[in-house]
Amino acid sequence: MDNGSAPVLEARGISKGFPGVLALDGVSFRLGAGEVHALVGENGAGKSTFIKVLTGVHQPDRGELRLRGEPVTFGTPLEAQRAGISTVYQEVNLVPQMSVAHNLLLGREPRGRLGVIDVTGLHARAADLVAGLGLRLDVRRPLRSLGMGAQQMVALARAVSIDARVVVMDEPTSALEPREVDTLFGVIARLRDAGIAVVYVSHRLEELYRICDRVTVLRDGRVAHTGPLDELERVKLIALMLGRDATDVRLRGQTEFSGDHTAKNGQPVVEARALSRRHQLHDVSVRVRPGEVVGLGGLLGAGRSETAKAIAGALPFDGGAVVVAGHAVRKGSPGAAIRAGASLLPEDRKAEGIVPTMSVRDNIALAALPRLSRAGIVSEARLDRVVTTLMKRLRIKATSPHQMVSELSGGNQQKVLLARSLATGAKVLLLDEPTRGIDVGAKAEVQALIDELAAEGLGVLLISSDLEELVEGSDRVVVLRDGVVVGELSGAEVTEEAIMKAIAEGGGADG
Amino acid sequence: MAETAATLPQPLGSRTRVLAWLQRYGVYASVLALLLFNVAFTPHFLEVANFRTQLIQVAPVVITALGMALVIGTEGIDLSVGSVMALSSAMVVLYLGYGAPVAIAAALVAGALVGAGGGALVAYAGVQPIVATLALLVGVRGLANVLVPQLTEFRNPALITLGSRSVLGLPLVVVIAAALTAVVAFVVKRTIFGRQLVAVGGNRAAAKLSGLPVRRILVAVYVLSGLLAAVAGVLATARLQASDPTSLGLLMELSAITAVVVGGTPLTGGRVRVLGTVMGALLIQLLQATLIKHNLPQSWTQMVQAVIILAAVYAARGRKK
Repeated sequence: MDNGSAPVLEARGISKGFPGVLALDGVSFRLGAGEVHALVGENGAGKSTFIKVLTGVHQPDRGELRLRGEPVTFGTPLEAQRAGISTVYQEVNLVPQMSVAHNLLLGREPRGRLGVIDVTGLHARAADLVAGLGLRLDVRRPLRSLGMGAQQMVALARAVSIDARVVVMDEPTSALEPREVDTLFGVIARLRDAGIAVVYVSHRLEELYRICDRVTVLRDGRVAHTGPLDELERVKLIALMLGRDATDVRLRGQTEFSGDHTAKNGQPVVEARALSRRHQLHDVSVRVRPGEVVGLGGLLGAGRSETAKAIAGALPFDGGAVVVAGHAVRKGSPGAAIRAGASLLPEDRKAEGIVPTMSVRDNIALAALPRLSRAGIVSEARLDRVVTTLMKRLRIKATSPHQMVSELSGGNQQKVLLARSLATGAKVLLLDEPTRGIDVGAKAEVQALIDELAAEGLGVLLISSDLEELVEGSDRVVVLRDGVVVGELSGAEVTEEAIMKAIAEGGGADG
Repeated sequence: MAETAATLPQPLGSRTRVLAWLQRYGVYASVLALLLFNVAFTPHFLEVANFRTQLIQVAPVVITALGMALVIGTEGIDLSVGSVMALSSAMVVLYLGYGAPVAIAAALVAGALVGAGGGALVAYAGVQPIVATLALLVGVRGLANVLVPQLTEFRNPALITLGSRSVLGLPLVVVIAAALTAVVAFVVKRTIFGRQLVAVGGNRAAAKLSGLPVRRILVAVYVLSGLLAAVAGVLATARLQASDPTSLGLLMELSAITAVVVGGTPLTGGRVRVLGTVMGALLIQLLQATLIKHNLPQSWTQMVQAVIILAAVYAARGRKK
């Protein structure tokens, strides 16, 4: 629809180097008015550097930017914003205590006499802005009282209201649930109709195909491909990102799961019995046998993470019991759960997972220190053995075990956390969104690892918002809704449709 | 499976690299520079007596700063150390009638108890470390003053020996400070507790999820800080041959924090530099001595000290992105 129109924003031969790395190498990019343009690539492909060049955070070493045909240079993000390029980041950066209206018009509030903020005018203008995007929310409410999704919409509304011609969205859906994603896409459609161009960065292929017109694939700092998206097969797109031949990528699915494991019969390795917690869980029972991957399905807030956390001792519960390997585990004690053999890979890798000030080695050993010590003194030799084995086995890419964990890519950090769980000698892994926010290659590796571990006899409880991952990875799926188990699917019943049906109907499929 | 995410370390700008170097080694370089300056320009600097004096003066600061470094490593702070020194000094004279060992034990127990109180407030009641230990700073100083209202001299030979004796030519006080440094360094580097306390400071939620006994670790850290401050108090008292709770250890918390920060331990926790802390204390001590020897007033020392603290904090801050 926009192939003929002159580009709003054009980058020509942009190069940008950092000491030791050439992050961008002659990248050219054209963005037409009213176009939703996907920008994809693995970690380290140069995506974020390129966005930072577009939005004035970095200045290119070579090449030029043209805005509506005119050469421009942005010294600061503010200059880019003034020129009409707005950015919505993964994490919302607004003021949570202030109302939606104040946030929307922060720094541009309508003034009454004496320079006092005209509150009525403020609310009216904010309401207009929100309505203009097809959203329904009370602009007088404090921002923090809204869900993540709604907060993101506010950030978006704010970005658009600053006369934006171009909106850059960096992983906007990573914290949203499906309903909210639909709203976001509605808003994006409106932006497109209003002639605003969108640069859309995401790892989720589903989404790209739903809303993007064109795609640019970056790889190793260069443009690997650019063109209309609907002409590009998924497999081809993945191949472009990974730099492999399309034939190499398995055609039967995008995940690395091999399908079913031979779940050994016998004693479940972990059993949650009728877990209850006010407002969150009601009589949730889940059991995982050795060698079995049990998926937890459901929407955000259905109680999936809460179930995993309760089993891991990280969330106290009011009723029920957790039994790991035949032993009842004291509730609310992560230490007791770990000793019994249940280890949690938390959903939020940054906040609850890695210790950024410590090395890869110390991060891996963190939960297993008591096992690797005698009389309170750490045995360095044993620790080194465990760490080297795990780093090799999980293919963790670090310059050495002593490299700071904060310097690793997201996928490798995730593997470090997986290694931390394995180092404890876990019998069951509780994996909460193990592949969220990591690049395609690492995602495939983590999925393959989960498969391997299950094949070796570990029990796995898998939580994933990626339905495809859930379906292909799990032998059995327990579906939750509003803290209640509403269905259980196994074997051939495990399909995306069946899970969605169970979520939608609530309590149907149990046969 | 061939090509996956290359682990590109954040490219370091030259400025960032300089700051990183400064934070890690700046304190060593500064001590060295100051030593060289003194060798060249300060008469009698290389004499043994001078070194003895410097080391004896710095020993209590080093000992309290070790505890402070542990607390700061957990993202906390302990403002009570100066008052704990005063309390331990008071306990020494109160119990000296039962002999020096009992008196010293009483002082150490008192220090550990104050630490346990602060630690419990932080770990179990969830009070912010700065508030909890500020309360103790005020309260414990008051308690020490009530117990021993005025300067009290004593003539216990065992205690006096502790303050003035030498081992292998080194003052006992200095030997004790060195030994404690070694112990604390060992604890941080090689023990479960040391690694766990660093993890608690680096990411408390992660530490909890990994099954670490976070609360017990926090209490233990404050107990250690109290204990070390009490040791410093006992040694200072032994040297003085008198107990003076109104002035002993005044502003010690600031000297200790300065040593820790200048030594490269970030106030944001998650890292403890033991040797750096000792160097930080030495740097401030040398600086004071240098300026005094060159007849510059005390106020100069304070201003130079301020510059050094700012430089240390800047180096630490500049490193983050």
